[in-house]
Amino acid sequence: MRTGSGLLIKMTREHIRSDIEDGVKEASQKAHVPGLSGSEIDQIVEIMTERTTLVGVEPGREVVLTTDGSYMKFTGISRYAGIPMSKEQAVWTSERVLGFDTMDLGTTDYSFKPVKPIAIDEAHQLENCQLFSIVPLLYGAMPNLGVYYQSLGGKWPSPVDLMKQGKIADARTAQENAARDLTRDITYVARIMYQAGADALNLDTTGAAGDAEFYASLQAIQSVSKEIGMPVEVGMSGEMIQGMHLELTYKGKRLAGLWPHEQGKLVQEAGASIFGPSVNTRIGKSFPWNVGFSVTFVKKCVEELAIPVHVNLGMGVCGIPMVETVPVECASRAAKAMITVADVDGI
Amino acid sequence: MGGLRTAGDLVARAQIEKKLKIHDAKSYVAQKLSIDLETMTDECKMKELRERLDIGHALSPLGYAKGLAAKIRIAQLCDFKINCVTKFLEKTKLSGASPTS
Repeated sequence: MRTGSGLLIKMTREHIRSDIEDGVKEASQKAHVPGLSGSEIDQIVEIMTERTTLVGVEPGREVVLTTDGSYMKFTGISRYAGIPMSKEQAVWTSERVLGFDTMDLGTTDYSFKPVKPIAIDEAHQLENCQLFSIVPLLYGAMPNLGVYYQSLGGKWPSPVDLMKQGKIADARTAQENAARDLTRDITYVARIMYQAGADALNLDTTGAAGDAEFYASLQAIQSVSKEIGMPVEVGMSGEMIQGMHLELTYKGKRLAGLWPHEQGKLVQEAGASIFGPSVNTRIGKSFPWNVGFSVTFVKKCVEELAIPVHVNLGMGVCGIPMVETVPVECASRAAKAMITVADVDGI
Repeated sequence: MGGLRTAGDLVARAQIEKKLKIHDAKSYVAQKLSIDLETMTDECKMKELRERLDIGHALSPLGYAKGLAAKIRIAQLCDFKINCVTKFLEKTKLSGASPTS
């Protein structure tokens, strides 16, 4: 077994069960959602204690895989594989060799603001890829509201600096201005990519900078899906929207403090096609604890939403330990728990 | 779901375009391809089916549809409105011949 930080540890079957129960209870209390039933916890215990490294689901229970930042996993130097490979080669390899159900393109500086000035060049490559690929091809980036602030080279004063000075109203105004720019930039990039033939847009780690970023993203989803007619997949950044502004609402619902099933409802209402909940891994807890914790949130999402739910299963989210080389035994167990207990529509 | 090895790309399209949950998306694709769910997850049967329908698969035999040609056939067969297919048909002035326009 492993900890949330990836260290190998030994756990008894009873310890695994009690950790799962603790994780479930904490998630249930935080988000005010039902916990898992006894039989569902039994299922997760069985998954955790299977004797093989890799575990799987029975034939017919397989789900769709959508990706974020995939092209960069092959080519990204210093953080990823660093293989000298073009986008066209990455797409072809993904669909023919790796059996991906979908693929996505993006750029190394993987946020919408830096994509905007090079969107035409990015679209050119996507257009090339669409000529010879068969699987759905998305274009993805992070909303990443932080890059709109002066602290990271942007235009608007940093709301954190303003808050430290007690200038709360100014901090809110800075976030609203940055949010407006972000909505504009996401919509611009989406329009260019759709003209190039993209099948959908992917918003990655949505809400990372708090409620203002989520607000901007919801506005953009609405614009992209309803005005441009482009499907949108939305991957979130954490299980709760942080209240950096606290007074922003969407369709009358305050955004600060929303849990995954509440986030998903608004994303669905905005017009997205797929919702991807994220639950941050607690590195001080065990892997079974983190899986129990995450499955409780995600199960509620699947029950509440009419659109497909593709749970984020990567480094540091939804039970996966916070390590760059994800252990196969953890990835397969977390995936199996999400598919068989939470009944997710994809990963 | 195995992508082109089975029908993962088709089920993904049903989710993205039609917002179908996984069980409905699989049923939709199965109905369009006139197969059952067991066949859909069988790489061997799906290779033969995808060759017969000429909608592309993970291998690349000479003469079979690939890329855009495969997607045009997928769009017609599964009643998907595939963005790049629509644009291609518009560009080539063939849009009147396709139900995807």
